[in-house]
Amino acid sequence: MAQMSAKKMKLLEDLQAVDFVLAELTLYLDTHPDDAEALQQYQETAEKRQEIKSAVETQFGALCRNTPLPEQNTPGWDEGPWPWQL
Amino acid sequence: MTTKSTTFRKKYKPVAGKNDPCPPLKEKSYETPPHLYLGFQPPGLEQFEPKEALAKGTLWPALFGPYETPKPVFDRKGKEEA
Amino acid sequence: MWVYEKKLMYPVKVSECNPRLAKYLIEQYGGADGELAAALRYMNQRYSIPDKVIGLLTDIATEEFAHLEMIAAMVYKLTKDATPEQIRAAGLEDHYVNHGISLFYSNAAGVPFQASYIASKGDPIADLYEDIAAEEKARATYQYIIDISDDPDINDSLKFLREREIVHAQRFREAVEILKEDRNAQKIF
Repeated sequence: MAQMSAKKMKLLEDLQAVDFVLAELTLYLDTHPDDAEALQQYQETAEKRQEIKSAVETQFGALCRNTPLPEQNTPGWDEGPWPWQL
Repeated sequence: MTTKSTTFRKKYKPVAGKNDPCPPLKEKSYETPPHLYLGFQPPGLEQFEPKEALAKGTLWPALFGPYETPKPVFDRKGKEEA
Repeated sequence: MWVYEKKLMYPVKVSECNPRLAKYLIEQYGGADGELAAALRYMNQRYSIPDKVIGLLTDIATEEFAHLEMIAAMVYKLTKDATPEQIRAAGLEDHYVNHGISLFYSNAAGVPFQASYIASKGDPIADLYEDIAAEEKARATYQYIIDISDDPDINDSLKFLREREIVHAQRFREAVEILKEDRNAQKIF
């Protein structure tokens, strides 16, 4: 499997960071369902997430099932390293 | 209600017996993380930037309780407790 | 249903070849206060808890599986290349003769995971206090592992996981307040 370059790893960390914000907001919204500001932050962050996720998938291949496969010449679901192998 | 400079570690002096075989600790401590003092989280609290939030493990400084292994503090006199 | 996302929640790094640490980390893999226990506990309680709190239990349970994967990643990195000599030096022989270098759900003492680690009382207040206690116990366990570990990269991951326990405990405390339906306790400041 390809050695992951620092640039690719940084891209993955960008996604981990934005997903972490979403995870925190998710838990917060579970107990504060009426906080409109938090809901808005969640929406905006989730939208930003889409772009970062696409960029990561171009490098790493599909991250999830049930979503369209990334373009040609990117690793498939079963190719590319698994998360604990990075 | 403020948790600003509350220390998240409390100390106490443990008992040292006259017949303790090992050098007694002069001070013990325990963690009292920030969530004990926050109550129901108010909206609009200050947030970390995403990268820092990920590194620290929370989006909100008000919920961040850093941890460092405490250094053992021994009674200088050892068994001869004053 | 479940969808798996092929990335770790947090960038786990292990800087030193010290298989002995795997023995301590496994406490949070298959131990009583570990991530598997947490995930199964919340996932199971959510069927009988009042609706207002189901989302929270589902989401925290999901996150605990992500934490479980982080622990697995650390143990995997520490043991995948271990020779029998290294296994012996690390005190991992008991595990090795049964499982080789594969992971298994047991605690640091080798006791296999058991369903009796989790409770489900069907009483929302009892269940939520069990959950708060579980989070505090997990936090304390991470503190002990950080105390024993001298790998700064592993400690970064462990400190992250410890902070997550604090946040989860906070949310479960809020859930209790929600179920109390005491308007004063939830007032917006």
